[in-house]
Amino acid sequence: MATPTLDKADGAGAPEAGFADSPYITATFRIRRFNSEVSAEAVWEDFQLEIDPKERVLDALHKIKWDQDGTLTFRRSCAHGICGSDAMRINGKNRLACKTLIKDLSPEKPITVEPIKGLTVLKDLVVDMEPFFQAYRDVMPFLITKDTNEPTRERLQTAEDRERFDDTTKCILCAACTSSCPVFWNDGQYFGPAAIVNAHRFIFDSRDEAGEQRLEILNDKDGVWRCRTTFNCTDACPRGIEVTKAIQEVKRALITRRF
Amino acid sequence: MKIHKYDTVIVGAGGAGMRAAIESTKRSRTAVLTKLYPTRSHTGAAQGGMAAALANVEEDNWEWHTFDTVKGGDYLVDQDAAEILAKEAIDSVLDLEKMGLPFNRTPDGTIDQRRFGGHSRNHGEAPVRRSCYAADRTGHMILQTLYQNCVKEGVEFFNEFYVLDQLITEIDGVKHSAGVVAYELATGEIHVFQAKAVIYASGGTGKFFKVTSNAHTLTGDGQAAVYRRGLPLEDMEFFQFHPTGIWRMGILLTEGARGEGGILRNKDGERFMEKYAPVMKDLASRDVVSRSIYTEIREGRGCGPEGDHVYLDLTHLPPEQLDAKLPDITEFARTYLGIEPYTDPIPIQPTAHYAMGGIPTNVRGEVLSDNTTVVPGLYAAGEVACVSVHGANRLGTNSLLDINVFGKRAGIAAAEYSATVAAHVELPEDPASLVVAQIERLRSSTGSERVADIRRELQETMDANVMVFRTEQTIKTAVEKIAELRERYRHVSVQDKGKRFNTDLLEAVELGNLLDLAEVMAVSALARKESRGGHYREDYPNRDDVNFMRHTMAYREVGDDGTESIRLDYKPVVQTRYQPMERKY
Repeated sequence: MATPTLDKADGAGAPEAGFADSPYITATFRIRRFNSEVSAEAVWEDFQLEIDPKERVLDALHKIKWDQDGTLTFRRSCAHGICGSDAMRINGKNRLACKTLIKDLSPEKPITVEPIKGLTVLKDLVVDMEPFFQAYRDVMPFLITKDTNEPTRERLQTAEDRERFDDTTKCILCAACTSSCPVFWNDGQYFGPAAIVNAHRFIFDSRDEAGEQRLEILNDKDGVWRCRTTFNCTDACPRGIEVTKAIQEVKRALITRRF
Repeated sequence: MKIHKYDTVIVGAGGAGMRAAIESTKRSRTAVLTKLYPTRSHTGAAQGGMAAALANVEEDNWEWHTFDTVKGGDYLVDQDAAEILAKEAIDSVLDLEKMGLPFNRTPDGTIDQRRFGGHSRNHGEAPVRRSCYAADRTGHMILQTLYQNCVKEGVEFFNEFYVLDQLITEIDGVKHSAGVVAYELATGEIHVFQAKAVIYASGGTGKFFKVTSNAHTLTGDGQAAVYRRGLPLEDMEFFQFHPTGIWRMGILLTEGARGEGGILRNKDGERFMEKYAPVMKDLASRDVVSRSIYTEIREGRGCGPEGDHVYLDLTHLPPEQLDAKLPDITEFARTYLGIEPYTDPIPIQPTAHYAMGGIPTNVRGEVLSDNTTVVPGLYAAGEVACVSVHGANRLGTNSLLDINVFGKRAGIAAAEYSATVAAHVELPEDPASLVVAQIERLRSSTGSERVADIRRELQETMDANVMVFRTEQTIKTAVEKIAELRERYRHVSVQDKGKRFNTDLLEAVELGNLLDLAEVMAVSALARKESRGGHYREDYPNRDDVNFMRHTMAYREVGDDGTESIRLDYKPVVQTRYQPMERKY
């Protein structure tokens, strides 16, 4: 085993750590603000704060909300990249605020935080998620089987068949991929990467028997063929899903009708 | 104010709420009110698995599982409920598989199973493989699968609706549920939902601790709503501290890491659990492991410059095994600590994780207004409830099980009740008045106290005084501090005075809930002069079955002059086949 020693972990993520050099830095957060109760226009607002750069962007947003401006509004829950509430555009890139550490953002310059694009902004960093979830619901995101006699025990599935769709089961529906897609920005009609990822999760599940139906849904003019393979979605996915590859696999399945 | 009328209303859309909704939507007109989008619920953060004696990989049976659950809960478990949990576990897992859940598979193609803390072969002989799992994302898969099936069944959700009050109407001296009052985040509008049956499935209350695995949103809203209406809360002193939270952050690292062979080590590299639990070692129950970790730390064998943590060592496990079985938690270590778990041990400390106590129910999910009386039309399931299947300490993988078994039971029972009663119970006069007054007071207050300050002080006092080790003195310190904070809370004001998405206002409401529940917890803990499961009193280090093998029932009392107090009562434990024994791992 590795012998536990004073290793690089000590002091990590700990603002109170008693080191001689203060871990704190002064960072500026440039946040896109919008509140229809105040103004019809969105504006940028700067906040300065002392913060340990090993903390999360979400920690910084909380510090601003709790110590400086209670009206700053954003969604969050689990704070460790599992619930998918806090996708936002940070320094021009879609990320989860709770999975992005300040030190990885060149904090010597102002850090910009704005809502994800392509969905209507409701207040500050909060967007209308309904069109996103509607596209998800449209691909029939649930297991469909035709057997008239349900097995008494579990359906069998080989480890290999289970592995076939593992990547797309990781999706947390945060919308980072869909709202990074230029085709989706153009008009909201395109299903978007997240819905296709969730269709893929069932099309390639050996237990499912509605792959053909899902493929027909995605063969629509607003379906997979609108993907321009820009890989923004893959770059944006906080779960590391190979989104573009999944979309390509769905396209290929549409051509070959094999999946 | 809008008034809605449904047969069944479910409060919360995590595992228990959605499992209930799948059943009740088939049988009655159902609305699910949830303060988060359903897939944001904290069920998704559960990692290691769901227990069921499928016996897919080795001999196992539900009776062994029942025994482990009763023993794990330090004999405060209601044994009839534990038996239902263990028996129905098997169909619960099979139900989820049929709904599409992508479990890991054995070479035969059946659901794979792995070891977990406190789950044993033949009443404690050795660890058994009972946890059905999907890598270290079992909760995520359960949450997604249940949401997918809610979409399939056409479940009607009201997303970002905060339920702030439970409506009770007395008929012939018996309290009946009449519905709930909710606040709509997007608009600030108040909604009254009249319903024949209400199911609470709103989750836990861990945010009154500082170091916790719980989400920011776990603020005990359901418990607080019924408690304020005079209904009791059961066993609130029992809170689980999960042994392996990321040091100082509290982010959960699954017990499955130890199930896969991970080892806890102190600063000398010693596998210290061998001293405390010679048979189960690192897979002893969570209360035992958490106390062992703090004993090591207190005796000077903790790691780091301040000696305030120990290590979870996975470095002897093959990287392929970590990638296949523990992909998410190894990524957490890399993301948040900059540590490579292939080569370096991970600094951990116990983290506030799970409320064993909650709203008392019977095995049908019906809420009780005292030790035996059912509140017609009111149900609860999951972490918000106390059946009690977890007693004084929950076993790992039994909570994902609990939400499925009792979520389903509550969903069926509530919908069947809705179908049998002819009419809705009449709403109380001016049903939204309490919520309207509460919101108005917070919105218009000009007091000088701030939510963030009071919450921070509450979390600090809870961590310092009612965590893994407790004494009369520390608990009294907490009780006094909470009383001071409750007084200061009356002068709290919010900066956001608007109607749209006013999360500033709702954080203030949530803090009020946390303060009420923290007080119940501390007062219940003070009165329990024994050590049992997650409640460890250094001044009373032994379990006392003569005086304390009973459930605490805490009631809010309001005097004629408006002063509030907590009245404690007790309820017998249901014992069937197991006599209390000394608990050894």
